[in-house]
Amino acid sequence: MSAVVEGLVPTRVVLDNGTTVLAHGSALHPAVTLLVALEAGSAYDPVGRDGVGHFVSRVIDRGTATRTADALSHALEFRGVSFSVGVGRHTFTLSCTCLTEDLVEILEIVAEVLAEPIFSPHEVETRRGEIITGIRQDDDNPATMAGEHLQALLYPPGHPYGRFSRGTVASVEGIRRADLTAFHSAWFAPGRQTVVVVGDIAAGAAIDAVDRAFGGWRHPDGPILVPQAPPPPVRRHVSVLDLPGKPQADIAYGFLSVRRNDPDYLPLVVMNNVLGQYGLGGRLGDSIRERQGMAYYAYSGIDANLASGTLVVRAGVTPENVARAIASIDAEVARIVEEGITPQELADTKQYLVGSIPRMLETNIEIASFLQTAEFFGLGLDYDRRLPALIEAVTLDQVQTATRRVLDVQRATIVVAGSGAAARL
Amino acid sequence: MMTPPVALAVSPASAGTITLDNGLTVIVQEMHAAPLVSVWCWYKVGSKDEQPGMTGVSHWVEHMNFKGTTNIPRDQMKGIVEQFGGTWNGYTWIDQTTYLETAKRDALDRMLFLESERMANGIYDPDECESERTVVISELQGGDNDPEQVLDTEVTAAAFKAHPYRHPTIGWLPDLQTMSRDDLYGHYRRYYIPNNATLVVVGDVETRDVLRRIDRHFGSIPAGPEPVRVRAKEPEQAGERRVNLEREGTAAYLKVAYHAPAAADPEFLPLLLLDAVLTGAKGVNLWASFRNPPQRSSRLYRALVDSRLASSVHGSLLPTEQPFLYTIGVTASDGVPLGVIEEATLHELDVVARRGITAAELTKVRRQLRARVVFEADSVTNIAHQLGYFQTIGAPEVYGELVPRIERVTLEQVAAAAARVLAGRNRTIGTFEPVAAPSEPVMLSMMRAGA
Repeated sequence: MSAVVEGLVPTRVVLDNGTTVLAHGSALHPAVTLLVALEAGSAYDPVGRDGVGHFVSRVIDRGTATRTADALSHALEFRGVSFSVGVGRHTFTLSCTCLTEDLVEILEIVAEVLAEPIFSPHEVETRRGEIITGIRQDDDNPATMAGEHLQALLYPPGHPYGRFSRGTVASVEGIRRADLTAFHSAWFAPGRQTVVVVGDIAAGAAIDAVDRAFGGWRHPDGPILVPQAPPPPVRRHVSVLDLPGKPQADIAYGFLSVRRNDPDYLPLVVMNNVLGQYGLGGRLGDSIRERQGMAYYAYSGIDANLASGTLVVRAGVTPENVARAIASIDAEVARIVEEGITPQELADTKQYLVGSIPRMLETNIEIASFLQTAEFFGLGLDYDRRLPALIEAVTLDQVQTATRRVLDVQRATIVVAGSGAAARL
Repeated sequence: MMTPPVALAVSPASAGTITLDNGLTVIVQEMHAAPLVSVWCWYKVGSKDEQPGMTGVSHWVEHMNFKGTTNIPRDQMKGIVEQFGGTWNGYTWIDQTTYLETAKRDALDRMLFLESERMANGIYDPDECESERTVVISELQGGDNDPEQVLDTEVTAAAFKAHPYRHPTIGWLPDLQTMSRDDLYGHYRRYYIPNNATLVVVGDVETRDVLRRIDRHFGSIPAGPEPVRVRAKEPEQAGERRVNLEREGTAAYLKVAYHAPAAADPEFLPLLLLDAVLTGAKGVNLWASFRNPPQRSSRLYRALVDSRLASSVHGSLLPTEQPFLYTIGVTASDGVPLGVIEEATLHELDVVARRGITAAELTKVRRQLRARVVFEADSVTNIAHQLGYFQTIGAPEVYGELVPRIERVTLEQVAAAAARVLAGRNRTIGTFEPVAAPSEPVMLSMMRAGA
């Protein structure tokens, strides 16, 4: 029997400096994945300085107190390490995968990168140019534009979930090196981080290695941000972004959802699977792709966080079909609000969600991400083992109540990005 | 209890390959780390096997093979696997079409049944074919939203005069508008035969049990006539070619493509190492999540990105059955003219073509590739993909001996590959210049009411 059959068996330790360590052994292959999550996401961007957290993520691994950018890239690349840095709303994450034999040295480098980056003025200017070019590329991408503008419209002005995480060209041009060092000094601290180690190493050895690398880091923690509950939109919005020359228009149609720890969260996951996931995009895919042949993709996705996330329907269609596609989304949303889901759909979805757990926990990075999420939301170290029963317990009534709380065509927010003002809707 | 490490044993040497009487190639590998099994069914048919006027037919056929069979109604094609918590997908490229399911091990029999139905009993209902026409066209248009993809399509078409690798896998729009249901069905029947397929099963299974089940589901499907294979060979390129695009957009792109050796060619691995020196080691798994290479110490990253000329650079050398392309793509930094970027890129390529790489670079990229090969084998799905992919492109031994073969590549072999492949007469250069692009998109109507 493998570890996965019986459930994950992570070991959790809090080091003297406040660092939380989670370690799980998995001998699938001679590699180890390291995932560090710090409470230093883009929600911590200072007001009027959108994109600072993201900017930090682009420069933090470009030189430390003791290693130049070249020395860092040489040390990582000589070992073939897969290394990536990212920023979510609440967390800054650094993940890397290395051969087991290289773990100790890589941990030392990672600890240095997080605790002692120098943000050299030369690197700051080089990466500023890259970020601005990236934002300009996004300005030309209908899918990205529709999604980001929908997010901005769903939240009230100034709410951290409504901001552009990467910033705008103007905000990034205005960010100074001092903004980056201040952000780092305020939010990068051992008490704000969780280090997850998954792979071909015993938990005890992994924890010792993390302790040796991070144990000496001392820094005050600072407050944890809990965003205000956003008020749901009170009426329907439709916005069109004109992007000339694009053969396909992209639709983002959405609502606020709930907090991750809200009792309605799992019923909404079930509903979302029926509406826009099961098979090829659930009921939405069946209508828009399979029956009407209008789109290559039509689906919905749910996101939930410390404050309410979103439930968003996406579809890409020719500009002439935008109005018909929105009408089809309206019809499916209205139908699921009105009629709920069927007992058969509930049974199929439960079987799918429960059955997919082993597959979601196959690779080291999948296990590491799952454990980090469980830690962040306080779901418990045994969450993978409790989850099947939690899914099985969801009732038709719970699904219907949660659906009516979130979905309402009269309060949908819709953004279309495409050419010809998306064929005038 | 943990199972023993398997990654470095993940090679066709430990995977059993057999051929059934009807010609179906079967590869089974047991892996007991997780209670999962991955099934992939591969067909030796891709966009290179398409005639003029029929481009895109292989990919459209792939779509139709999710739309119901004699014994599986359309709306159960996906649920049959999802009942077991499984995931499913398919893809088509220049050499191959493939279908996969990964699910709990008790779904194995259902997965094999599904693949046998897909091989033998597709329906191709005329209304479903018609409805899928617009879905495929929508997929093409979504791709055309991306300027880099448009440039890639044009550069590939310019690089090939004779070989059918020149047209995109999605097909040309006029062909998608005119192909018929009978075109689709004819293509399906010609290529979806056991003697043109490889079935791969990797996971928490017992080999003898798997083979019994495969025989039950596939054994009675008759072999078909051997499909006609591509005979065209691309003549040697006589001089540099260019494609210059000017379109709406917000960023400028450069693409440089060189004719490159096929996967089984002895020059393929030296070129793979050369690409790692130029743009970072990607490994050889088209399907893997580890596609972002460690590239900061690579030559083109330093020359183009660290110098602030470009915001990104990437190289691409994929294993193919016949000689395809080695391509380098560059995104210009805001305000930097493409001419400057082209000059800097060609200068670096010229230097390596004349002088080869250093011993330190060779040591580094060998290590990088070795690590990539381990990382790519992180799931039953990825391992099954690799076994089937290399079998289908006719180079199973390249994958089976990848690490030792990489270790044996010499500086001289890399230098020879660089000198031959990176010659000016062997390249096609493409540029994408954005025009008439609004610096900020215009929000046209806000808060329009009414449902």
